[in-house]
Amino acid sequence: MPRPIKARKTMQKRKRVVVAMSGGVDSSVAAAVLVEQGYDVVGMMMRLWSDEAMGGVEHNRCCTPEAMDDAQRIAAHIGIPFYVLDTKDVFRNKIVEFFIAGHRQGVTPNPCMECNRHIRFDYLLQNALALDADYLATGHYARITQAAEGTFELRQGVDASKDQSYVLSVMGQDQLSHTLFPIGEYPKVEVRALAAKFGLRVESKKDSQDLCFLGKNDYRDFLAVHAPEIMQPGPIVRKDGTVIGQHEGLAKYTIGQRKGLGVTSLEPMYVIAMNPYRNALVVGEKQDLGRDTLTAGRINWVSGTVPESAFRATVKIRYKSDAYPAFVTPLGADRMQVQFDDPLRDITPGQGAVVYEGDRVVSGGIIEKAEEAV
Amino acid sequence: MTQRTVYLDHSASTPTDPRVLEAMLPYFTEVYGNALSVHTQGRRAEQAIENARMTIARLLNCKPSEIVFTGGGSESDNLALRGAAIAAKEAGRGDRLMTTPIEHSAIGRTIDQLAAHYGFTKVLLPVDQAGCVSLEDFARLCEPGTALASVMLANNEVGTLQPIAALGALSRERGVIFHTDAVQAGGQMSLDVQRLNVDLMSLSAHKFYGPKGVGVLYVRNGVNLVPSQSGGSHENGRRAGTHATPLIVGMAKALELAYTEYEARTAHYRHLRDLLIEGVLSRVPEAQLTGHPTERLASHASFVFPGMDANKLLIHLDMRGVAASSASACKTGNPEPSGVLLALGYDRETALGSLRLSVGKDTTEDDVTYALDKIVESVAALKKVSRALG
Repeated sequence: MPRPIKARKTMQKRKRVVVAMSGGVDSSVAAAVLVEQGYDVVGMMMRLWSDEAMGGVEHNRCCTPEAMDDAQRIAAHIGIPFYVLDTKDVFRNKIVEFFIAGHRQGVTPNPCMECNRHIRFDYLLQNALALDADYLATGHYARITQAAEGTFELRQGVDASKDQSYVLSVMGQDQLSHTLFPIGEYPKVEVRALAAKFGLRVESKKDSQDLCFLGKNDYRDFLAVHAPEIMQPGPIVRKDGTVIGQHEGLAKYTIGQRKGLGVTSLEPMYVIAMNPYRNALVVGEKQDLGRDTLTAGRINWVSGTVPESAFRATVKIRYKSDAYPAFVTPLGADRMQVQFDDPLRDITPGQGAVVYEGDRVVSGGIIEKAEEAV
Repeated sequence: MTQRTVYLDHSASTPTDPRVLEAMLPYFTEVYGNALSVHTQGRRAEQAIENARMTIARLLNCKPSEIVFTGGGSESDNLALRGAAIAAKEAGRGDRLMTTPIEHSAIGRTIDQLAAHYGFTKVLLPVDQAGCVSLEDFARLCEPGTALASVMLANNEVGTLQPIAALGALSRERGVIFHTDAVQAGGQMSLDVQRLNVDLMSLSAHKFYGPKGVGVLYVRNGVNLVPSQSGGSHENGRRAGTHATPLIVGMAKALELAYTEYEARTAHYRHLRDLLIEGVLSRVPEAQLTGHPTERLASHASFVFPGMDANKLLIHLDMRGVAASSASACKTGNPEPSGVLLALGYDRETALGSLRLSVGKDTTEDDVTYALDKIVESVAALKKVSRALG
């Protein structure tokens, strides 16, 4: 029976926690909760990258001057120091370039998972540990528990519908042992009530689904500037190679897409694959869409050990999808195959595949391709 | 257990001396009149202000009528440059403005503004790697048509002292108005305007244990200024605005204390500064001293740590209780390399790793020892992060 990490109320020496603050309600409440629990809390905000060349967008959506002022004000209100960490170069090199490269390869990359892998729980975590912090905390809605034998476990937040464990599936034992997710223990609706209780004046900004570094721009405009070659029109082809239309640039489409293809046909046509080498968009009919198997790479096994044999689990193939029942087969140390009970229409190379056992994250990785079962 | 703190950023600002605060207090609630008013309250305020003016004039070796009270060092710089340049141009004295690439931005940006909007030409004097201006270059570039030259007495980032007396004399020979920004030097060097051969000089109270929000511009008789801040007839029509009586009184008191206690203070600064320099250079092998090794402000020690991120260094120091600053750090996480260090010939990466330490009259040797330990710790911690991130 998993238990929350040992209660801190009897801390002998105050443990230090660096909280990644955004000025928003989740990270603000996280910081306040930790202060109440008796930690030595330090607030930190990362100055991420934004493309100043793009039509005057000077700031990453996540670190506007207003957001920084909000975070600073909240830090002062709860009585903790606040610093801003320059993260622009490493963010641009590891995340923005990754995003562009993914699109060049004809996949739909998930930079948020990559950011957790390289920026939040690597760059920021290392900087936090260097400040003699025992932990890095964020406002992510997830939970960390400890198994009887001591292994750290990543679990969904108590409110499964608001859970953010999907993007955290890149975390291993090292990271989990140094991380706290204070708000995952509360029902999401209570988080706002906690903000009120602590007297935190946070704007009720809607959670944005857009990538932080795009500012107000559309990702297609961004790619048109940074990787114009992948925004070139090209042929729309059937599986057999016959050309049936023109697409406007591969990055504008997504697997499973039906609308906006601009092809006339008897049956509705769906995007089933992208071929970046021919700059071709491959379309098919509905029955071509369903795939019940995928392979994924860059797998992180949260427990640190690769399971020896196939096992039953539920698997999410995008942030907002359900977790579907499947068989998971590890392939070596860092790849896996997932065979779903039922075919799925939108298995998208580049997106994250995250394996759950109940509410516990077993592993997370990047979808390489979808295939029919042999 | 509360964290021990050591403040080593006196070049940025200083605490107001308790004796200064005591001198100021009556002028908030007891003597509160507007100095231009006819009534007794106003006259009492006026008297306090004129006493302050006389004190400061005595310390600067000039006439009281040559002292203009302003809202601080930046305002004094603005008034000096814009005021004198526009008046000089109108009087046919030319439109060239000479300065160095290492001035405070209140000088640099004002001259840029004058060049962009008022038809002036900016002429930059070269500086060597320590930041010093040479008399030869000054003489060479001081062509006819030069309205004004501005060279700071002591540099805020690297501490270097300029040969102001010699430059001022040369300027006078050529008929060029000469201004010096003495904001960093105030309290640490002689401000005798006759010896310095200056026509205009800026000072700021909060650098010498006075209150924030008040400064002085010395204006030699005969130098015309077009006011920056126009309005009432205050300060002989040179700077409009009701006098901030308590601040002015405080500034005069602070300057007086600084020069009464001058020998003791400057000896104390030098001693601690030299301990800091010796300590950093011997315990952090890659550190380099910036600015002139001997012709530098008594309280000021500045370094570069090539490859280090100054912003992170300041965070580490603050977490360990040491307050310092850097020209390249940015509170909003967007650091730019110091323009001054770039002008001195340091490359971009090195310029991003600058650290400034400035001692004060209440800093102790123990403080310096503590700070040195924390600097060494912080540098080691940052190197560890670099290695961990690969």
